Amino acid sequence: MSTFSEKTTVYQANDSSFPRELEDEAIYILREVASQFEKPAILFSGGKDSITVVRLAQKAFYPGKIPFALLHVDTGHNFPETIEYRDWLVNKLGLELHVRYVEDSIKQGKVKEETGKYASRNALQTVTLLDAIEEFKFDACIGGARRDEEKARAKERIFSVRDDFGQWNAKKQRPELFDMLNGKIELGENVRVFPISNWTELDVWNYIKEEELRIPSIYFTHEREVFERDGMIWADSEFINKSEDEVPYKTQVRFRTVGDMTCTAAVLSTADNLDDVIGEILSAQISERGARIDDKRSEAAMEKRKQAGYF
Amino acid sequence: MDILRIATAGSVDDGKSTLIGRLLYETNSITQDKIEALESASKRKGLDFLDLSLLTDGLIAEREQGITIDVAHIYFSTPHRKYIIADTPGHFEYTRNMVTGASNTSVSIILIDARNGVVEQTKRHFYISSMLRIKNIIVAVNKMDLVAYSQEKFEAIKAELLGIAEQVSFKGQTLQFIPISSLYGENLVRKSEETPWYDGATLLDTLEHFSTQNSELSTIQARFPVQHVVRPKTEEYHDYRGYAGKIASGTFLVGDLVEALPSGQISKIKTIEKFGTQLESGNAKESVVITLEDNIDVSRGNMLVKVGEQPESRKEIKAKICWLDSQMLTVGKTYLLQHGINRVKAKVTNISSVIDIKNMSLSNEAPADGGLKLNEIGWISLKTASPIFADKYEENPANGSFILIDESSNGTVGVGFVE
Ligand SMILES: Nc1nc2c(ncn2[C@@H]2O[C@H](COP(=O)(O)OP(=O)(O)O)[C@@H](O)[C@H]2O)c(=O)[nH]1
Ligand SMILES: [Mg+2]
Repeated sequence: MSTFSEKTTVYQANDSSFPRELEDEAIYILREVASQFEKPAILFSGGKDSITVVRLAQKAFYPGKIPFALLHVDTGHNFPETIEYRDWLVNKLGLELHVRYVEDSIKQGKVKEETGKYASRNALQTVTLLDAIEEFKFDACIGGARRDEEKARAKERIFSVRDDFGQWNAKKQRPELFDMLNGKIELGENVRVFPISNWTELDVWNYIKEEELRIPSIYFTHEREVFERDGMIWADSEFINKSEDEVPYKTQVRFRTVGDMTCTAAVLSTADNLDDVIGEILSAQISERGARIDDKRSEAAMEKRKQAGYF
Repeated sequence: MDILRIATAGSVDDGKSTLIGRLLYETNSITQDKIEALESASKRKGLDFLDLSLLTDGLIAEREQGITIDVAHIYFSTPHRKYIIADTPGHFEYTRNMVTGASNTSVSIILIDARNGVVEQTKRHFYISSMLRIKNIIVAVNKMDLVAYSQEKFEAIKAELLGIAEQVSFKGQTLQFIPISSLYGENLVRKSEETPWYDGATLLDTLEHFSTQNSELSTIQARFPVQHVVRPKTEEYHDYRGYAGKIASGTFLVGDLVEALPSGQISKIKTIEKFGTQLESGNAKESVVITLEDNIDVSRGNMLVKVGEQPESRKEIKAKICWLDSQMLTVGKTYLLQHGINRVKAKVTNISSVIDIKNMSLSNEAPADGGLKLNEIGWISLKTASPIFADKYEENPANGSFILIDESSNGTVGVGFVE
């Protein structure tokens, strides 16, 4: 790896303020959603990205109310802290929340619970999501995905048109020119909307800090039972099948993303406030999705899930 | 912190992906786990160096074919600003993606393989960058390591491109030439010792000094397309009526006399707000809510402009158009024209000429097969069902472009620039 060792300059991204232009862009997108669609919803996971989206929606329509319902696809393996937070936010902003359960899709025989060491319901939630979209007749689903998270997402549009089966077709994406958004669809089709496409993980954290947003406690350091697997720290829970040599122990950790408990790795951390969290990200040696066990399955994991209707 | 938006262009294998990978690497924007993933992927491909292009070619088909198919957006930042790069594909068939990727940017980096010099793609990219009125063009002469960092080669390429620039550049466009090696990082972030004859800035240094598009848009005539009318109808805000939108261009001040288009009614700006905070002014690209002193008729798709600065009301539009769809554009066909956020039906009444980019010339005849094909650029006339309030693209890029939507597929099939 000869060519790589010669990095001479020390350029370090710093923590200077959040670029407000990103907020203006996201608000513009959300206002287009409200006008171009009949029944839009925000896909709410309780993670920092969807919390950011809700904040942006609040600002976009103020002093009016947020014109979107929230949809939470519950895998049944959530961190309890996230659910607590979700209910607090819904109550505080007077939002309409719909919850649909992967458990029900399993009971209905639509999906099969995975087995084995890496069993997770993360992939299963796509079916529950598509069913919910059909049930509520949502024509636009707003998500907090960002292009910097992952390679296939780097190619995603702001308005991503999905067919009757919720599928993403990378080759048939609509060109998006300037800031003109084309959300015209046929009955049965729907659009996934990504208002924070152009934000990075750091932008999100800086925004949360500047806006003084409350976030679920698991983003900060806390003591937790964990065990190690594949060089990552896993939160111990009843949902994970451990082998005998995977012995849990207590340590100080926090989470960088809050997905399903079976697919989110923890990081060792003592950060108990936003400044420290941001400091950790600036010096971090591991990317955000590097802590997502689901992405480690293969190089094209994300693209394949998107084709199947994931967001 | 501001944002500089950049598009990279060049033929296949000129080194766009490598250049971007290198910029990310040297600005510490790649984390250790991604570098490790790159190392193992490079080894699997039998390479003895890190293939930085694997960072950006995200689709399965792209990795299989080793080419970039779709626009990828890549992010990095320096202590000075945040950068968004649209890495656009080089193949002719993907010209539409190049136009798309470049449409939001104020800098275009055109890569040239020093061994090949100026090729047809170079001209095409230059032309498109100028058509989009991208203010700053950097011509990065790449793979200088493969021509022994020859000054002569570099100067020859520069001279040839300057000749082309004479034909297509516009007033105020800047053009800079930088000899680089993306693979070895010469003149990207670090000044190269291999090019003592080059006394210009490195690529990153050049980028750090450009002004952003927004600062320029704020100085031209003000345009405010209304996206959404905010009417809370709560007790507290019983009579509140706010117009939400993103200022397309110019600056609005509280107290400005404004005219609503198309109604022509006039009122005065009472407040400019952001989430309840009252501002004295609003600049281009800011999402705000504007309230007016009088209750006049304004709804979504209307536009507020300052009195005395009205754009022309147009029902007959002449425009340059880049066709993005595999189905030809033909005379007589009706499309949905979207200007900003406003949609009207529009009929194509004439195709007057097509551009031959190879020779940088116009054929002043209608196209032989009667239409404009995918990736072609030409001049057309359109007639709209109701007037649109557009500026000439060259005077106001934020209010002078539109897209065409094919109502049978709902696809975005063309992008136009008002003349
Ligand atoms: N020798 C040399 N090779 C380069 C340079 N830049 C890129 N390459 C190689 O050229 C090939 C194509 O590069 P890539 O970045 O994929 O080109 P793209 O198609 O424009 O994105 C790869 O094998 C690179 O390693 C350079 O400056 N010098
Ligand atoms: Mg490439």
